[in-house]
Amino acid sequence: MISIKNVQKIFPSKQGQLKAVDDVNLEVKEGEIFGVIGYSGAGKSTLIRMLNGLELPTNGTVTVAGRVISKIKGSELRKARQEISMIFQHFNLLWSRTVSENIAFPLEIAGVNSARRKKRVEELIKLVGLEGRENAYPAQLSGGQKQRVGIARALANNPKVLLCDEATSALDPQTTDSILDLLVDINKRLGLTIVLITHEMHVIRKICHKVAVMESGKVVELGPVLDVFKNPKQPITKRFVQQVTEPEETKETTDHLLERYPEGQVVQLTFVGEATEQPLITNLIRDFDVVVNILQGKISHTQNGSYGTLFIHLDGQSSEIQKAIDYIHSQQVGVEVISNG
Amino acid sequence: MADFMEMVKWDKLIEATRETMYMTSISVFATFVLGLLLGLLLFLTDKGNIWANRTVNVVVAGFVNIFRSIPFIILVVLLIPFTKLLLGTMLGANAALPALIIGAAPFYARMVEIALREIDKGVIEASQSMGATHGHIIFKVLIPESLPALISGITVTAISLVGFTAMAGVIGAGGLGNFAYLYGFQGNKPFVTLVATIAILIVVFIVQFIGDYFTKKTDKR
Repeated sequence: MISIKNVQKIFPSKQGQLKAVDDVNLEVKEGEIFGVIGYSGAGKSTLIRMLNGLELPTNGTVTVAGRVISKIKGSELRKARQEISMIFQHFNLLWSRTVSENIAFPLEIAGVNSARRKKRVEELIKLVGLEGRENAYPAQLSGGQKQRVGIARALANNPKVLLCDEATSALDPQTTDSILDLLVDINKRLGLTIVLITHEMHVIRKICHKVAVMESGKVVELGPVLDVFKNPKQPITKRFVQQVTEPEETKETTDHLLERYPEGQVVQLTFVGEATEQPLITNLIRDFDVVVNILQGKISHTQNGSYGTLFIHLDGQSSEIQKAIDYIHSQQVGVEVISNG
Repeated sequence: MADFMEMVKWDKLIEATRETMYMTSISVFATFVLGLLLGLLLFLTDKGNIWANRTVNVVVAGFVNIFRSIPFIILVVLLIPFTKLLLGTMLGANAALPALIIGAAPFYARMVEIALREIDKGVIEASQSMGATHGHIIFKVLIPESLPALISGITVTAISLVGFTAMAGVIGAGGLGNFAYLYGFQGNKPFVTLVATIAILIVVFIVQFIGDYFTKKTDKR
């Protein structure tokens, strides 16, 4: 559906040339939710804006839904853009128009007659759950409602691709989740291909099938979300994965426990898929001469399976601890010794 | 008091008020159209905008700056040949119009530009991402989204135009300025000047009231 080939975007700047996007290659399949994660300045915003021609690549080609976006211009580009809609971090609604009129806007652009416009707007309002707010102005809506208008507006012309530019970054966690649920729902119901950029791993975890990690203009890691979670290779990816698997307090807790139990070892276990269903701890206590102390645990769901982390403290003779760790290894569970007691 | 009232030629006052209203309304309308055009041109040809064009921008900005800087009373005198060419006369309310419009439109153009700059760039980008043409962007986004500011701007401009008409009146365009000058100043009747002032104030208040009403009505933020 989307193919990005050898794409480079260079901005001239005072300090010379700034490579915002540096030789990126990506393929997004039809019906996929594809996430791009990176810190601000990583080039992800520039990348997504090249998908609808708001930005043109310096080198390389961008093809979306069979059209070479990086080549076409004028009315052909405008036509293509009706099939590639976008939602924004700050919603970008027209404040002078009501909810219904905002949703009707892209239909007006596409030249849909007023009777069909009215019908389509009604459908969309139902789809995004904004019944009863049709005649409200954006100023009277909450952030989550505004983004629902943004989504309805983006879906108006039955696009093939939906681009989400930090669509949940201005929302509180609860609203973020409801918007993400809506996106998954749309993806399943309409088979819409979604590309989203974010700096929150939570978003990737919750709805994406595949993820690309960007750092200084390059894609440094790419793969199915679960694989990346299970086995992050780059340091930056590890940091992002930690955002969701390792709450802030974990470090404090482990520090505290390391102090309290100078002996033994604090170990982080990672479970993926079926591994979550083994009686691992029972086996540990039964078969090895160790004391097991559970510090913290968490299970995260992704679009392609579950992923869990468990922090435990193992105490006993060091040889016995080593044997226990080897055993865990053999059970297809990831083990990482946080620090020696 | 009765003497005072007799001093004022009421029929002349009413006629003068009507002339002032006439000059103001025609010039406000023309200023709105011309200023909007110039303001849009200034905004759209600026760097990073949809018609980005340095030459056009510099030329328009130069025109606007020059005509905005010339004091109105001098502009009226400067434009005498032009007005004569256009209308064949220097007298009457119509003769004031070219100077009024040329004096006020550049002023309003700057206000339009400022109003358009206030629009969130993201909204323009969002419309582009939907495949909007430049016409869509101008008529469905830029103008509606800046409407309250455009209206409050034309209100301020209209009030200065009332002032300009009074100045134009002194050199023969008629209206309340002429009335105050002719019967008040030259006739040495300060009371008549006071009455003319009150009439002008009433016109200004009406303009302000209408402007405020529509600014508020269109502002949905």
